[in-house]
Amino acid sequence: MAETPKIELRDMHKHFGPKKVLNGINLTVEKGHSMVVIGGSGTGKSVMLKCILGLLHPTSGSVKVDGEEVTQFSEREREQVLKKFGMLFQSAALFDSLKVWENVAFALIQGENMPRAKARDIAIEKLAKVGLSADVGELNPAELSGGMQKRVGLARAIAHDPEIVFFDEPTTGLDPIMADVINQLIVDTVKDMGATALSITHDMASARKIADHMSMIYKGEIIWTGLAEEVDTCGNPYVDQFVHGRAEGPIQMEVLKA
Amino acid sequence: MNIFALVGRAVLIFLGEVGALSRFTMRAVRACFAPPIYLRLIGQQMLRIGYFSLPVVGLTAFFTGGVLALQIYIGGSRFNAEGFVANIVAIGITRELGPVIAGLMVAGRVSAAIAAEIGTMRVTEQIDALVTLSTNPFKYLVAPRIIAAVISMPLLVLIADIIGIFGGFVVGTQSLGFNPMVYIGNTVDFIETSDVTSGLIKSAVFGFIIALMGCYSGYRSMGGAQGVGRATTNAVVASSILILAANYLMTSIFFTS
Ligand SMILES: Nc1ncnc2c1ncn2[C@@H]1O[C@H](COP(=O)(O)OP(=O)(O)O)[C@@H](O)[C@H]1O
Ligand SMILES: [Mg+2]
Repeated sequence: MAETPKIELRDMHKHFGPKKVLNGINLTVEKGHSMVVIGGSGTGKSVMLKCILGLLHPTSGSVKVDGEEVTQFSEREREQVLKKFGMLFQSAALFDSLKVWENVAFALIQGENMPRAKARDIAIEKLAKVGLSADVGELNPAELSGGMQKRVGLARAIAHDPEIVFFDEPTTGLDPIMADVINQLIVDTVKDMGATALSITHDMASARKIADHMSMIYKGEIIWTGLAEEVDTCGNPYVDQFVHGRAEGPIQMEVLKA
Repeated sequence: MNIFALVGRAVLIFLGEVGALSRFTMRAVRACFAPPIYLRLIGQQMLRIGYFSLPVVGLTAFFTGGVLALQIYIGGSRFNAEGFVANIVAIGITRELGPVIAGLMVAGRVSAAIAAEIGTMRVTEQIDALVTLSTNPFKYLVAPRIIAAVISMPLLVLIADIIGIFGGFVVGTQSLGFNPMVYIGNTVDFIETSDVTSGLIKSAVFGFIIALMGCYSGYRSMGGAQGVGRATTNAVVASSILILAANYLMTSIFFTS
């Protein structure tokens, strides 16, 4: 325990009225690690990320970023903490009223008051990093394919050189080749920046490629954590069933029960 | 089910909604006065809210002034008051019909557009993305729309007043046989500054209501395209009702004391 972890969740709960989505999440992400949380659809992965970012407020429990408890932060303090973060949303969530380069430069122009011309240069540089040319910067997000939108989303998430990057289902909805391109970009950019990464996915191929550490979430709890290599041999029957994508096992799909 | 439980639940939901709207309004107003103020965005929104509403508002004002002249003439002739067409058109337009009609038209046009835009941003996670990029959505999205609407509406209504009175003038002189110089003279002599300013104050309030309800409905929408559709309808209905209620309240304050 030499260094303070970048992110530390202790007994984090999130309920929506009577619906209990997170039931005591414990998760630690060390500096420089790439943690991937795997788990089925609707198990609360996105809710977990949103609770860390303060987009949702945890019902109870602790969220620490760089050792600092952030759950009780004011709006202004929150804005400061968020400067450390970049996030790639599942649907890319590009601003469709802005051009591609303005999307990428958003944190620089709005957050850091950088002159537009300078921000534009950086945006084009970041677009190049994800394999997009400067002409793409002049397009509107609606004119891009899903894979390109993801790339732009990635460029936007890393434009302000964040210390921590979140990836919400980075490969969902992409063809296998484009998925691999995105995975490779994530690995490269994160390594390049020396950033800490926390990703959530149900795509095992993606998880294997991105992760050095893995956890599995099931029914709103983290049921297993370990090194990425150990995921096949950990002996946890839940993890085993998920990794091999078997219908039979301890995980019962809600549809089958009903 | 128990009738009291039903009523109780409805009351609770209503109170919850009122509470949520009050909190939203407070945050929105605070965002309007705290830096950063995005002048660029305010300008863009003024163009959208004010300038592009001109044709719609101008046309409705013209016909409203015209029909007002016609009805006053017909109604007034029953007790030999048809000579007051110009005066009553001027008061009616500047005090009530200009602001209210413009308010309702803009509510339909702009409140819906704002709700649809912000609602779409909500359900496609663009608002979450704003926050993660350290930008406060109240300052970036809500405040510019409210400020722009509060500034644009009085300008729009000033123009609507002029066009509405002109509509009355056209009908009065072309089909009711008034002498143009007499008609203008009656209008100018009779109208008072307070008639116009009271209408402009009203319209600023209407602008606030329109932008606020558009933003509020959009901001709270969830559940995909259907949720956005619901938000759009809610915005128009709620802002229209609030405009009429606020109008009554302001009229009773301005003109009965
Ligand atoms: N704002 C919300 N209000 C109510 N329920 C929500 C909300 N956000 C998510 N949920 C519910 O939480 C559960 C987990 O959602 P999510 O975290 O998006 O799953 P996933 O693991 O697929 O990312 C789902 O059942 C969803 O319906
Ligand atoms: Mg999700």
